[in-house]
Amino acid sequence: MNITSAKYNAQDGTNLSICATIDGIEMSVPLDPANRHYAEIMRQVEAGELTIAEAD
Amino acid sequence: MSKAAELAALIGSQTALSNRNLIINGKFSIFQRGTGATTVNGNDVFAADRFKGWANGGGTYTVEQSTDVPNNEFEYSAKLTNTGVDSSVAAGDNYRWATDIEGYNVSQLGYGHSDAKAVTLSFWVKSSLAGTYCGALYSTTASRHYIYEYTISSANTWEKKTITVSSGDTTGSWNKTNGNGLRIYWGFGSGSTYQGTAGAWTAGEKWETSNQAAWIGSASATFFITGVQLELGETATPFEHRSYGDELARCQRYFYNFADGSVDSDAPISVGTYYSTNIIYSGVKLPVTMRAAPTLVTASGTSYYVAFRAADSDPFDSIVLSLSTPDYLEFNGQTNVSGTAGHGCFLRLNNASAKLQLDAEL
Repeated sequence: MNITSAKYNAQDGTNLSICATIDGIEMSVPLDPANRHYAEIMRQVEAGELTIAEAD
Repeated sequence: MSKAAELAALIGSQTALSNRNLIINGKFSIFQRGTGATTVNGNDVFAADRFKGWANGGGTYTVEQSTDVPNNEFEYSAKLTNTGVDSSVAAGDNYRWATDIEGYNVSQLGYGHSDAKAVTLSFWVKSSLAGTYCGALYSTTASRHYIYEYTISSANTWEKKTITVSSGDTTGSWNKTNGNGLRIYWGFGSGSTYQGTAGAWTAGEKWETSNQAAWIGSASATFFITGVQLELGETATPFEHRSYGDELARCQRYFYNFADGSVDSDAPISVGTYYSTNIIYSGVKLPVTMRAAPTLVTASGTSYYVAFRAADSDPFDSIVLSLSTPDYLEFNGQTNVSGTAGHGCFLRLNNASAKLQLDAEL
């Protein structure tokens, strides 16, 4: 997956999901390890290839 | 004994009378993402439900629903067309198509154990390029593969192929729950990195032999396929037809086209409430329990969505996920929302490019 942006979406200080652009498509990704997009985001984070921006 | 009686006896002795086919959407009636041509260029490109493609190395192909079928038993096939030739395939180039079967649905095969069972894959196929073709059974978790070869004898002619894997794989850790249990590959001319030996379970991920026809090297080559069935045992039984509703529900465990502006630009979404003056919350119960908490695939733009409240409309730009479970989805409207906290509303798409799709694919 080509992940070009990733940013947490939070409500009242709690991260709810990750807003990401994956293969050019907007996605809102749940924080679930069984979700393939979340698994790939975290793989790329752990590999130092991606940083998830904090929520506004 | 009549042929029908022989068949009945055979089915009874081999496997279950229903739910024999482990493949979902094997007759390609479900294309929730659209029936037109989708270009495969890169990784994990879905067109037909439950089937995805890869094209890495400069070549490309499209996938679309077709009414070209082998006989009146089927209404549709999947049509793959070479739209970008790779005539000099490098070692790491790969051109493949596959369907992934969830672990829960293949646990009965006993793979990874000493009593792993035989399976039989059957399908109808037609290509503009005759020759030897390959594919594989593959486990992403055990990293084990079994390459099969089949021959397309005559160009542009429907032929039925049957591949029996007499010995199940007794090695490795195969997923038996909601992960990737078993992948079925079809190859189209990949590099040497992905070539192995047919007819044996082996470590690693390979899906072709060196005999594979250079389909990706043949301009405008076509490949039609339908009637895909994978079943327990060493005999291919007749294709198991399931109802459209049954097949759609099975597909929706992995992908649900919730609201698609390209189909209906003001499609209804749900009812909601203004959590504050600038955020709308809403939730929906999903039609089937999905494999995992789904990703919300969406699009945003000026006034892509609209809330109707207090005898007026409130166009806004984006929707993001706030809670996702396999059964329930909660989301909120953001960007240019303007209302009164506590007011109720109902939500619709407001643009042909707007969409809300749920993805829990393997």
